[in-house]
Amino acid sequence: MDKIVIIGNGISGVTAARHIRKNSDSEILIISAETEHFFSRTALMYVYMGHMRFEDIKPYEDWFWEKNRIDLKFDRVEDIKTETKQLVMKSGSSINYDKLILALGSKPNKFGWPGQDLKGVQGLYSFQDLEMIEENSKNAKRAVIVGGGLIGVEFAEMMLSRGIEVTFLVRESKFWGNVLPDQEGALISRHIKKHHVDLRFNTELDEIIADENGRAKAIKTKDGEIIECQVVGLTAGVSPNVAFVKDTNIEVERGIKVNEFLETNIEDVYAIGDCAQFHQGVNGRRNIEQVWYTGRIMGETVAQTVTGKRLAYNPGPWFNSAKFFDIEYQTYGWVFANKLEGEADYYWEHPKGEICIHVVWDEATGLFKGLNVFGIRMRHDLFDKWLREGASVDEVMANLSTVNFDPEFYSHYEKSIVDQFNKETGRNVELKAKKWWRNLIGS
Amino acid sequence: MKNLKYTGMVIFLIGLAIFTTTPFLGNVKMTETIMVESLNEQELANLEQPLKEQLIDKEFSSTFGFSRAFIAIYNAKNEELKANEEWGKVMWTKASSVALNLSRASNNSVVTQNKWLFFLLTFGLGIFGSLMYIIVDLKLKGPPGIKNDGIYHDAATNRGWIGILTAVWLVTFYIVLYFHPYIMADAISLTDPIKGLFKQGAEASQWFLYGLLYCISMLVMGVRMYIKYRHNKYQIVRTTSVLFFQVIFAFLLVEILPLFGLPGRDLKNAMPLDYTFLYKYNIQELLDAGQFGMFLIIWGFVLSIIVVPTLVYFYGKRWYCSWVCGCGGLAETLGDPYRQLSNKKMWAWKLERWLIHGVLVFAGILTIFVGIHTFTSLSGVNDGEGVSTIMGISAFDVRDWYGFMVGAVFAGVIGTGFYPLFGNRTWCRFGCPLAAYMGLVQRFKSRFRITTNGGQCISCGNCSTYCEQGIDVRAYAQKGQNIVRSSCVGCGVCSAVCPRGVLKLENGPEAGRFGNEGPIVLGNDGFKLNQ
Ligand SMILES: Cc1cc2nc3c(=O)[nH]c(=O)nc-3n(C[C@H](O)[C@H](O)[C@H](O)COP(=O)(O)OP(=O)(O)OC[C@H]3O[C@@H](n4cnc5c(N)ncnc54)[C@H](O)[C@@H]3O)c2cc1C
Ligand code: SF4
Repeated sequence: MDKIVIIGNGISGVTAARHIRKNSDSEILIISAETEHFFSRTALMYVYMGHMRFEDIKPYEDWFWEKNRIDLKFDRVEDIKTETKQLVMKSGSSINYDKLILALGSKPNKFGWPGQDLKGVQGLYSFQDLEMIEENSKNAKRAVIVGGGLIGVEFAEMMLSRGIEVTFLVRESKFWGNVLPDQEGALISRHIKKHHVDLRFNTELDEIIADENGRAKAIKTKDGEIIECQVVGLTAGVSPNVAFVKDTNIEVERGIKVNEFLETNIEDVYAIGDCAQFHQGVNGRRNIEQVWYTGRIMGETVAQTVTGKRLAYNPGPWFNSAKFFDIEYQTYGWVFANKLEGEADYYWEHPKGEICIHVVWDEATGLFKGLNVFGIRMRHDLFDKWLREGASVDEVMANLSTVNFDPEFYSHYEKSIVDQFNKETGRNVELKAKKWWRNLIGS
Repeated sequence: MKNLKYTGMVIFLIGLAIFTTTPFLGNVKMTETIMVESLNEQELANLEQPLKEQLIDKEFSSTFGFSRAFIAIYNAKNEELKANEEWGKVMWTKASSVALNLSRASNNSVVTQNKWLFFLLTFGLGIFGSLMYIIVDLKLKGPPGIKNDGIYHDAATNRGWIGILTAVWLVTFYIVLYFHPYIMADAISLTDPIKGLFKQGAEASQWFLYGLLYCISMLVMGVRMYIKYRHNKYQIVRTTSVLFFQVIFAFLLVEILPLFGLPGRDLKNAMPLDYTFLYKYNIQELLDAGQFGMFLIIWGFVLSIIVVPTLVYFYGKRWYCSWVCGCGGLAETLGDPYRQLSNKKMWAWKLERWLIHGVLVFAGILTIFVGIHTFTSLSGVNDGEGVSTIMGISAFDVRDWYGFMVGAVFAGVIGTGFYPLFGNRTWCRFGCPLAAYMGLVQRFKSRFRITTNGGQCISCGNCSTYCEQGIDVRAYAQKGQNIVRSSCVGCGVCSAVCPRGVLKLENGPEAGRFGNEGPIVLGNDGFKLNQ
């Protein structure tokens, strides 16, 4: 019987293991150097903020692994000998495998800033980062966060929850500028400032200044301004965590190179999740995808392949979500920061400036391309269907009431959204009454 | 702002301290007149002699000391009568209630002399201080949104020392209330002025004190809910509903109906939660109360047999548990800070199923037996003797035992007293027979479910953590399945705390209700679960 070894107990590795178990009786071993048990990385912030204990962010109880005959090993893999199918462990032992799945995740980017390895300077990715942030933020008065993306906002929320003031440096002229269109960027920036974050655009980190104990005491910006701080959060993106793989026969560029079957250049070795880099992006996506959902989808997919049903990675329409302080964000399909040639768009914002929706479609055909929504919840199932079946923007707009996923009794804005849509675009959509949503799916 | 919050806390604690001290402020002296006026004939015949010798005109510095002395005499006399087999003379009223009556009548303490003053010093300061503590959150906690920061760092809400102290206080309170009410005779008397607002000169009972405290706790902590969830209309509407039903139906109507010579009953209390409904004395009293009493009897049946399951079919059991019910109402207001403490482990779920369905079966059998007994004895078929045993055990004993174990110990002492240790729904989850009954309907025949939004779940665990019923919501959500569970009371907090907009409570056609009947949308076109 095959022995399948998975390096990495994040969402991608664990999903792979669960689905392998569904399909086969193979021996399964998951190795991780981070924690004994799988936890939800996306929830690290909540532990620091006191919403949950660490044990609460473990999606499965500890007995789950033994019950499903998934072996766990808490150790670091230092080398992979692909000729003999052996792993060299930090503890000195070695482990044999028949099939190997690399689910190594990412690590925070550091761009060679002077002082980036001082005490008090850190990223937010791992369990160890969580422990470190507890230590670093003790008695801190101000934190400087570098890099305006999702993890930066989480870092800021964490600091504020302990009464630590935050200065947030963003290199670009707007927030999360490579992903969000201007209007949404502005909305979120306003909201971040409302939470008393000192948000600075067009500001770059120059160096981090140490005190006599080798601890960060201030930062200097490229404009020469010095900001005193005790914590420096580096949240300028992540990149595949593949350093030790570079010395093996497995082909690595930025990530571990895989084809659409998640196979590497070496037989019986696969890579999934944040650490995988496709030769060519699948379904028009980026060639490295670093989100929870894609990790899960790759895990589901590779499990089929290693258990004998070779399956290509074929994710459905893009979706994602996040929360910025009090505002939830969801996206379905593609809304780019700058709309593409031939695309038309429509933006609606609530007068209070904390709810908005941004719809994009193909100007010529009316084909619905994607939507960003802030402060309203919407149904994934319906967008998934519309995007797959090529619905028109008119159909989407007409069914806004049905696609709404907000809790009962919430205020509804569909009417004003559609009225303004008609006015601005000259289209003629009639808002349909709310239906039971499954009726639109036909199941 | 912070200082204002601390000041509020201090004021609240002063009120609480004074309330807690009242049992030590008594000044009790029973005169002969009081004895004669307060005891009934039989008691007088039995106790006059020993009381005169040992208690009359003796001074006690607390109602507790006095009552202890009285109860000793009372019990000794009863023992003697039983030993002599003088059954006709044995007294069956609970010694503790007689002691409470005598204490109330004989107490002349600083509290009983200044009832309004002490009402203000306890309830008044308590309400004022806690509202102050709560209302500053409007500013302190920033813009509307989920603000669960620090819950697991706070000794009050993470089973720390404050939580333990709170639990000790609450448990002590319940034990005194249910089993040794004479200890709180002074505390009861300080609510006399409020009772007097309903009926001039009327004296409060321990249940009036409890009812008042209950309503006030709910209202004050209701304000906290309004502030905490001001961004979430479901929570606002739901909170308003439980407050309304508690204050109007469970409290005011029960006080006001008797003023018109009508039986004061809580119209929303359904069987088998209301296990006293079919008791002979209750039915007798209702029968004696004419048309309105008859209406109450019929309503009792209609509510339990038709209204409850029908509404559960359409809306889930939430319509009762987190919109109407008094126990639920307290849990959703006073208990809200403790919701994260419920146990989410698999073994707790197993225990839950055994316990709650056990109580349901037991309560069901008991209700039927009591019902038959009441019916046969009232209709004169026989004197009720024939059916007064369940499997060889006296139905009365079983009834009393149930009232003690389930009604008092489970619902009160453990259910509420242990809020700060086991979370706010211990009773509703493990013990309430009505919840079990509705749960079965909700699980097998209902339009209610919590829908999972496709593949958006990031397994963060907020939903499970804040589920007061200990449901591992995430276990379903991360698989793209809907949540259909008999224990779900539909409080809506999982949906509120989810940072990714994954959960929605909704009523819809039964078809497809579990969300795993066909292919599940998780965003993977290559591979579909359940295909
Ligand atoms: C703070 C934060 C918030 C996020 N929020 C979101 C979000 O809201 N939505 C979203 O879609 N995505 C979010 N992400 C991204 C998402 O968490 C990642 O995409 C996802 O966790 C990647 O999963 P993975 O299984 O590929 O890798 P990982 O979860 O990183 O797991 C890799 C594991 O492999 C271990 N490992 C690596 N090398 C070795 C070795 N040599 N030996 C032994 N073990 C090794 C690592 O220690 C690690 O435990 C967030 C990320 C972070 C850090
Ligand atoms: S709170 Fe939401 S995202 Fe988090 S585990 Fe629950 S359903 Fe998933």
